[in-house]
Amino acid sequence: MKKASLAMIVGSALLMGLFVFPLWNIELGAPQYPEPLGINIYINGLQGQSEFDIQNIDGLNHYIGMKTLPKPEDMWEFSVFPLVIGGMVGFGVLFGALGYFDKISYHWFFGWFILMTILGVLGMYDFNAWLLDYGTNLDPKAIMKLVNPDGTPMSYKPPLLGHQKMLNFDAYSYPRLGAYFMFLGMCLTLIAGYLGWKYKKASNLNYST
Amino acid sequence: MALIGVAMIISSCGNGSNKSSSNGALGSSAAEKVYVAPGQQDEFYAFLSGGYSGNLTVYGLPSGRMFKEIPVFSQFPTSGYGYSEETKPMLNTSFGFVPWDDAHHPDISQTNGELDGRWIFINGNNTPRVARINLSTFETEEIIEVPNSAGNHSSSFITENTEYVVAGTRFSVPVPQKDMPINEYKGNFKGALTFISVEPEHGNMDIKFQLLMPGFNYDLSHPGRGDSHGWFFFTTYNTEEANSLMEVNSSQNDKDFIAAVNWKKIEEYVNNGGGTKMPADYAHNVYDEGTHMGTSTMKKEVLTVDPLKVPGAVFFLPTPKSPHGCDVDPTGQYIIGNGKLSADLTVHSFDKMIAAIEDEKFDGEAYGIPILKFEDVLAGTVKSGGLGPLHTEFDEKGNAYTTFFISSEVVKWKLGTWEVVDRKPTFYSVGHLMIPGGNSRKPFGKYVVAMNKITKDRYLPTGPEMEHSAQIYDISGEKMELIYDFPTHGEPHYAAGCPAELLAPKSKKIYRLDDNKHPYAVSNPSEARVERNGNEVHIYMSTIRSHFTPDNIEGVKVGDKVYFHITNHEQDFDVPHGFSIIGQNTSELLVMPGQTKTSIWEPKKVGVWPFYCTDFCSALHQEMQGYVRVSPANSDIELSWSLGE
Ligand SMILES: [Cu+2]
Repeated sequence: MKKASLAMIVGSALLMGLFVFPLWNIELGAPQYPEPLGINIYINGLQGQSEFDIQNIDGLNHYIGMKTLPKPEDMWEFSVFPLVIGGMVGFGVLFGALGYFDKISYHWFFGWFILMTILGVLGMYDFNAWLLDYGTNLDPKAIMKLVNPDGTPMSYKPPLLGHQKMLNFDAYSYPRLGAYFMFLGMCLTLIAGYLGWKYKKASNLNYST
Repeated sequence: MALIGVAMIISSCGNGSNKSSSNGALGSSAAEKVYVAPGQQDEFYAFLSGGYSGNLTVYGLPSGRMFKEIPVFSQFPTSGYGYSEETKPMLNTSFGFVPWDDAHHPDISQTNGELDGRWIFINGNNTPRVARINLSTFETEEIIEVPNSAGNHSSSFITENTEYVVAGTRFSVPVPQKDMPINEYKGNFKGALTFISVEPEHGNMDIKFQLLMPGFNYDLSHPGRGDSHGWFFFTTYNTEEANSLMEVNSSQNDKDFIAAVNWKKIEEYVNNGGGTKMPADYAHNVYDEGTHMGTSTMKKEVLTVDPLKVPGAVFFLPTPKSPHGCDVDPTGQYIIGNGKLSADLTVHSFDKMIAAIEDEKFDGEAYGIPILKFEDVLAGTVKSGGLGPLHTEFDEKGNAYTTFFISSEVVKWKLGTWEVVDRKPTFYSVGHLMIPGGNSRKPFGKYVVAMNKITKDRYLPTGPEMEHSAQIYDISGEKMELIYDFPTHGEPHYAAGCPAELLAPKSKKIYRLDDNKHPYAVSNPSEARVERNGNEVHIYMSTIRSHFTPDNIEGVKVGDKVYFHITNHEQDFDVPHGFSIIGQNTSELLVMPGQTKTSIWEPKKVGVWPFYCTDFCSALHQEMQGYVRVSPANSDIELSWSLGE
């Protein structure tokens, strides 16, 4: 159980990486932009990949009526996400420590993992909803109004994951270092649960003999 | 499997034949050597002086593509240089506003005798001036006028740690200037050799001292390097001191001189309180990158030095025959004096010169300055068979390349053995030539650029006047190969070049808006406003794709002096906005990202007058416009301004 608890502590602590490194990155490149424009998404706000990328993306997007990219105070997510992640790290480390001293069982580890997975899925859902709003909720007075072949207004929603061609731009959306820390951390907590289960099974067997 | 085998045989055959053809005599064409494919960049920057254009142009090597014209001494409507309120002070002189000059010799700053790519200096020949251009912004940052000088020709060459940039006068004149008979020139006129110190960190220039030499013509110059660091060499002509029909009267002496000046010795003399302060009147103009503004200060005094007061500091080296170019090889050992009326080149030895000075082997004196014996300082003569040698540059392999004006050719010869290795014609009448770094201890001897005075039949004719032509020779092999012709702007006299990697990585892409300290800048469009102060109206305006803030202005009256202070709020590489308004008696402005510039408009007619962006900045550039309403002088309409109302 000690090994499992240590894995739980380390795994949940790895989520702290999200406070340092970006979670996600959206990059817009075109032959006319030899240095692509990009947004790094952190749990507490957005930053340009290069210093003035946010301003320059907003400058381009205003032609098609997209809103300016949100400042931290414009979205509740940027104040809530850090609390959620911070809370989950706190609980994870606490569960690990309690497990270490045999105060709780491995079920708590699985519980933490399932809760974190649900929160993650909700986060992705929320992120996708924001992308959808950002890419489709356009200013009716937009300077350029582009439509699909069927006459419906064109959507500029960047992909949630992967590559998509948007007008002359190639949009790439991929996780960054913060997300990899989270992924690794969650894997470790899953392993922690498994190790705890194995330990429990082994000690049960020991009792029965 | 068999198929793959066949394919391999075919493809290897193909490769084999390709290889043999690329190694063959016709394998590398001249076109391949200068072709820089779309998306690729050149290997070298070349900075060519514009002569009578007053400016400096930037080209790529080997492509010969022109990248930019940098305004230096001339007003430049393309950017508003010399028209905007911020840059007008740069062209101030003791003669008032002089919006033109004859720009001759650029030289890139050096550290330990190697190009460091921080600044490039260039001289104004007509109204004597020296300018310093920043090589991260490619903008003129400083211009200093040179008093007591006339025809600032043997300039602007720099010492190997950029301690000094020199400004030697081509024409001797009365010092100080006075009303006197011209035919009393001989013995009365003086030639000022001015040593301008360069502050090591920011490059700011200041006249350290002026050496008042005999009244010869000081044609070109070159600093020593290596062992000869601390010396400067100037060619002279008209040692006859003739004042009329110079082509005959100043070409009588078989030998003129190269003046060797030990500037370290004079510097020491000056630092110990030597020299005479003389009243003078000259402008010192500095452009500040933070405020985006130039200021002009008039200076009132200059320190002069009589060469006779510093024994052992100045000597004359006899050199045949009206020498023009004065060039020092990368080791600093050889001083080449090209007698423009001679067929041969004269090479002096620095070591022999020092030995002759130590042994005091003098051959008389001129105005008290010792003349060394020709034979005692001569290192060798290049017997070339050409006519009219002018200028010499060097590669890193011990070869020198000399232009011959009259016989129109470049001659390659070996330092030390003085044998001619190769010669190639130029088209036509070549003046200077340039090898990147050829003016330093570390040349990059891959190309030589010859700058020709006459173009004639090289391009499609454009009336009686043609732009001048430059030619690129590949000098990587034993023999030179002419690989390209390209037209140049103005009359390039000399050029400086350096590897692209020295400048490209540090080239500025934007000015940061948060570093903009211009007193009339607006850091946010919400600060845009209009203020009246008597009959002056100050408009604080911002630009961003694709609108001005404000774009409607009312309350301006006939007779007002309207200042448009435009701040460009873009922070994106190469996105300037322009500004112009109808009836302006000046040029448009081109405002770089993060920069502020000011233009004056004095409306003379009642009406509603448009202004617009002159730089095609975006898909809606054409809509980037606004109006100023101009009311009669006695109108009581209040100042007002708006955007989007
Ligand atoms: Cu514009």
